[in-house]
Amino acid sequence: MTVSQLVSGILASTVIFSVPLMLVALGGMFSERSGTINIALEGIMIIGALSSCLFLNKTNITASHPLLGMSAAILIAAVAGGLFSLLLGFAAINLRADQTIGGTALNILAPALAIQLTWLIQGQGQTVINIKNVRITQAMLGLTASENPGFFENLIFKYLYLTTPVAIVLLIVSIIVLYKTRFGLRLRACGEHPQAADSVGINVYKMRYAGVVISGVLGGIGGLAFTVAAGSGFQSSVAGYGFLALSVMIFGNWKPVNIMLASLFFALFKVIGGYKDYIPFLPKFSNITASENIYSMLPYILTMVVLIFTSRRSRAPKAEGIPYDKGAR
Amino acid sequence: MERIRKAFSSPAGISITSSVLAAAGGLLFGLLLLLCFRPASAFTGFLNILTTGFSSPAKLSKVLYQSAPLVLTGLSVGFAFKTGLFNIGATGQYIIGTLCALYTAIIWGFPWWAAMLAAAVGGAVWGSIPGICKALFNVNEVITSIMFNWIALYTIILVFNNTPAILDPVGNRTMNLAAANPGAIIPKWGLDELFGSQYMNISFFIAVAVAAVIYVVLNKTIFGYELKACGSNRDASRYAGINAKRNIILSMVISGALAGIAGAIYYLSGTVQYNLEKNLPSPAMGFNGIPVALLAASHPLGTVFSALFISYIQVGGETLQPTFAKENIDIIISVIIYFSAFAMLTRMLLQRLLSHKKESGSKAVPAAVTAAGAFPGEDKTTDDNASASGAAENEDTGDNTDNESGVSGQ
Repeated sequence: MTVSQLVSGILASTVIFSVPLMLVALGGMFSERSGTINIALEGIMIIGALSSCLFLNKTNITASHPLLGMSAAILIAAVAGGLFSLLLGFAAINLRADQTIGGTALNILAPALAIQLTWLIQGQGQTVINIKNVRITQAMLGLTASENPGFFENLIFKYLYLTTPVAIVLLIVSIIVLYKTRFGLRLRACGEHPQAADSVGINVYKMRYAGVVISGVLGGIGGLAFTVAAGSGFQSSVAGYGFLALSVMIFGNWKPVNIMLASLFFALFKVIGGYKDYIPFLPKFSNITASENIYSMLPYILTMVVLIFTSRRSRAPKAEGIPYDKGAR
Repeated sequence: MERIRKAFSSPAGISITSSVLAAAGGLLFGLLLLLCFRPASAFTGFLNILTTGFSSPAKLSKVLYQSAPLVLTGLSVGFAFKTGLFNIGATGQYIIGTLCALYTAIIWGFPWWAAMLAAAVGGAVWGSIPGICKALFNVNEVITSIMFNWIALYTIILVFNNTPAILDPVGNRTMNLAAANPGAIIPKWGLDELFGSQYMNISFFIAVAVAAVIYVVLNKTIFGYELKACGSNRDASRYAGINAKRNIILSMVISGALAGIAGAIYYLSGTVQYNLEKNLPSPAMGFNGIPVALLAASHPLGTVFSALFISYIQVGGETLQPTFAKENIDIIISVIIYFSAFAMLTRMLLQRLLSHKKESGSKAVPAAVTAAGAFPGEDKTTDDNASASGAAENEDTGDNTDNESGVSGQ
């Protein structure tokens, strides 16, 4: 493997794995900025991935219209995630339930439901929903693939899925919505001081619902993005990426750009474990079996260290996790 | 009649009624789902869930065997609830307990009780980390515990993979205890022959004994009183001279130790081997401690019954295969948790319903319901300094927002 191939390979994989992390963490950010802790991101991802993969698998639309099929799948994932997140919204906002417990319930519900449905639709004992032709190739864009792809060709086209450009667009939209619109300001107000927001006529319940549903939409798309990145079909699981996204969100201090950087950083650690044999300066742990687990552990440990050192300066929304009660003083 | 109503409107009665309602709601949802999927076999399937556990001594012993770790993880989660902490990290502590138990049993040849103690120590250490982070650095224990669940999973894979002596040469799992160290298997005292099942051992009775100890600690000691005081209102308890930081750490240590013992009690039975390919499945034992604790309203003795219930429907759920996936039980469990999330609301409704019929004598109850502290306080605010707050949510909203006012305009 040449250096060019190595670097472009690592970068391409990093980007493809950072996409679901970033999308889901952005979702979590919207929810928490509105004042609702969304621990159900893992479950939301699973539901988004489940519905869109079922669509892709059953219609097989990507065989004839790959780009159209993927666009539809992304929409379906978004809608399914948004609908599923309503369950959290209902418990957390209307019933003023404990948000963490409600989220835990949804995290257990989603994979169980996915397994049950996969069985039902695919036949007994079937646990995988396969998806095909989801990668964007040069041919689809009217380009020809070269014999020996160079650095940039590798970087861009090695793992290019429609979810990647969509994620970039969503990141930009998120920044604009959160900081440059009236809606964004109101949303943040509800997460910081709902009473103050209410006193100037903002409907706190509505804003919190908006935050939760946005997190569901982004989480659902993130679930699909994870499944295409993992590349082995949907197996009723997103391998803890929802929880990892929570740490990305905290690492990124509830700010979109920081979240994007944090997701790249986390994805790099995920990817680099697989490439460590080719990279001379990385510790190989060659006398340790299954040493890739050391690399898998690192993002979590780093998050902990960062949390401990930054907790005093944390920019966590002040009112997150506290159900808003209009009648309370 | 009057007596019955009185029993129902007592705090304990209301807790039990609301738990039964949550469980019934979960089961009903499970039935509806089965009806949606395969109407023809739905009712037989559902009947199997409800009856299998008692159908034979062998099945019953499986219920008891699986309930033992559930009792302990339930106690673990419930104990932390009492101090106002949400220990979602019982899974990680359970994994580290498993690691310590199997390592000491197979490599060092510990007898079962010593391996179990080692597991308790391992779980306690793992649980102490979120406790310390919460007490000293004010880092939300939910996030820390989730991180440490994953770190625990990677740790156990690393350690077992690098300790060839602990692995079964055939498959990717730990040695069979019967071959490696028979002394590390939890004694059966002839119960296995009595019930005609290899699963039957004394683990359930150990779990019940631990539950009794926890009950005494919580209700009959000063330490337990201080813990509960911290859970109901941290500021008030601090004002009363209780060392809240110490209590948070101790509560997580004990909670972790309980989850650690749960891992030991399951894997030292001699009937299961730890499978290394295991991912961290969300409905794992540690997570199932959450519904157990919620259903029991964190009461240590109630935990025994709710663990039996969860274990009972799990054993019943295995008969669903192959018509339905056995994960249907997880769906039921998740619905129960969902209902338990607004247990406070259910309790208030019940309270109103029952006291409506009987006007007198019920005025003292609402306070008692809150003080029973089934709920993890409303303290999972955030990492900022002002987050210490009480169980009564109404006060929270005011307290929490008055440091540094207003919208964060970045």
